[in-house]
Amino acid sequence: MSTGTTKLDVVVSDVVPVNDLVTRFHFRRRDGELLPTFSGGAHVVVEMRDGERTRLNPYSLMGSPLNTSEYTISVRRDDVGRGGSLFMHRSVKPGLEMVISYPVNLFSLDLRAKKHLMLAGGIGITPFMAQTAQLAAEGGNFELHYTCRTASLGTYADVLRERYDRRIRLYHDDRDERIDLDRLLSSQPLGTHLYVCGPSGMIGWVRDRAAALGWPSETVHFEHFAAPQPGAPFDVTLAVTGKTIRVDEQQSLLEAIEAAGVDPPYLCRGGVCGQCETNVISHDGKFIHNDHWLSEEDHRSGCKIMPCVSRFEGRSLVLER
Amino acid sequence: MGITFRKETFRDDFSFRNSPEHIRRFPFPFHEDSYMYAVNIEPHVLGPKGSVLENLIDVDEHYVAEMQDRALVLAEDPLRCQSLPHMTLAGWDLLELLMEQQALGYPEHFTLTRDGDRWRWINRPLGIDDTFTFGDTSTLPYGPMEYITRQSQGDFCILDQRDGNLWMDAGMVTTQADWSLDFDIGMNFFEWHAPVPLAHEKGIFVRALKFLTNIQQGKPARRLNWTMTINPRLDTSPENYHKWGPDRTTVTAENVGDKVHLRVELQSFWRLPRSNGIVFPIRCYLIKMDELVMQPKWARRLHRVIRDLPEELATYKGLTRYRPTLVEWLSKLDDGSPTSPGFGPD
Repeated sequence: MSTGTTKLDVVVSDVVPVNDLVTRFHFRRRDGELLPTFSGGAHVVVEMRDGERTRLNPYSLMGSPLNTSEYTISVRRDDVGRGGSLFMHRSVKPGLEMVISYPVNLFSLDLRAKKHLMLAGGIGITPFMAQTAQLAAEGGNFELHYTCRTASLGTYADVLRERYDRRIRLYHDDRDERIDLDRLLSSQPLGTHLYVCGPSGMIGWVRDRAAALGWPSETVHFEHFAAPQPGAPFDVTLAVTGKTIRVDEQQSLLEAIEAAGVDPPYLCRGGVCGQCETNVISHDGKFIHNDHWLSEEDHRSGCKIMPCVSRFEGRSLVLER
Repeated sequence: MGITFRKETFRDDFSFRNSPEHIRRFPFPFHEDSYMYAVNIEPHVLGPKGSVLENLIDVDEHYVAEMQDRALVLAEDPLRCQSLPHMTLAGWDLLELLMEQQALGYPEHFTLTRDGDRWRWINRPLGIDDTFTFGDTSTLPYGPMEYITRQSQGDFCILDQRDGNLWMDAGMVTTQADWSLDFDIGMNFFEWHAPVPLAHEKGIFVRALKFLTNIQQGKPARRLNWTMTINPRLDTSPENYHKWGPDRTTVTAENVGDKVHLRVELQSFWRLPRSNGIVFPIRCYLIKMDELVMQPKWARRLHRVIRDLPEELATYKGLTRYRPTLVEWLSKLDDGSPTSPGFGPD
């Protein structure tokens, strides 16, 4: 029952620098047909073929779900990451043929909501671009609070203000503007759902305050992709296939497993969907768990790992793959 | 060449029959000589020509009669079709899916033309030619789910996905094996499966839910389920139990072949793109014993399956009262010789 996604053959139709850190990429289908319809909050996994190496990173679709002639994503440059965003910024030009996954939504709107209250931090704005477009088209009730470092790094703040006017509130770190979160969360009408996407500190803060103020957990939604972090290289034995592999500094464990010709199922590649969960047969060393899927108990047990985002330091690791 | 639609009934005089071609394509659900629950889910991909999997949404010779029977059920009991307020978008998703699939598989019977959000739908077997605005409910005679499921064989449940669970928040259910949409509406996956015996203990529903919540767009899945029905009655609902329940006392050694029907559900699961919901079509196929035993392998195998079925399952499926009569009748067609592996006839 493998649940990998179907692939789409696309061509880069446009590359648009948005500000100092963020660039937008447009994709169209190579066969000229329409792309699959999607729902606001969905992401695609982009395959980046960089010489010998293939990286697969998830990015939220940020166009209107009503327009399936093209998909758009926005990529924030991460100078100390594993190089996926640098590859996108430096090497992806209009006309390049790429492969992306079908859309997958792990950050779906709850359509029962009487009101959608959205909180974005930095590049966490992207899923809300699609969700606001979807809701606006249906006459939905939403309000977006968006925190950015400076006005010039407020990616799409101008577009959102232009489209939705007072439904968008902006907060700039450099002007010391802060969301009065407790007041905001305490003054919402019954039936409001809360959505948050941004740095993990922000997500944690919003979830904690919402819980403290009595919001039911099923009304609090968050998008928490952890980008795979680089780290020291390590060796792994795959017991089922009888292979021994090395995970490079800039490679995720999942990518190293795939490079060895083994294909575990995956969806998000960000430690949230649970698809690539892998059993540990034995280990001598320390896990660096970066996922949001396994329980703390699982992490402590040393019996499971999410190879898309987590790493290992030590002498030996044997996985059931 | 199109399908020749039969004129037949699923009530009163029960004139429903399968043609010889439809007997051969019947989705016989037993791949071995015994039956137990399993998470028997597989990718819903196209199967051989001439099988019920030739198209992902199957239309067959019973289409027109089934749609007439559905209209009769709805006229008596409108609550067989319900959609909670947040499910309208999912209804449009389903309308698109069923129009696309039926037009793709049966172009001689169905045509869909799209010009932006102006859509024209032609359904020749039912004499429908409607132009409407996709997304605007006021341009259709019914809500989008009701409109298209009055024109599509099988029951349809639309499940909302949230909080890591699936919720039965909309559906068109008129051909069901003794369960009620009106009772289950708004329930989650574990709640509506609560009456099923044995499977909870085996952890089947936990695994099934995990699989279903990860169903991806463009990658539908399917499974077969089965029960038995006395007389070819599509509407065996709890609401109408007083009409069909007593039929189970009418089975005799003389009328088994005509009265007892194997009822197979082809269940499929599809991610809906706009709403991120799941639609769960439950397509019901009926075949009477006289028709089924024309395939000697099926006769031998069905005898062994029904004879050895665990008591809890026989009770849940409602076979208890007539099982001895049926097993006795089938035993005469089982010479004890081995059956070949797989579902199909020899």
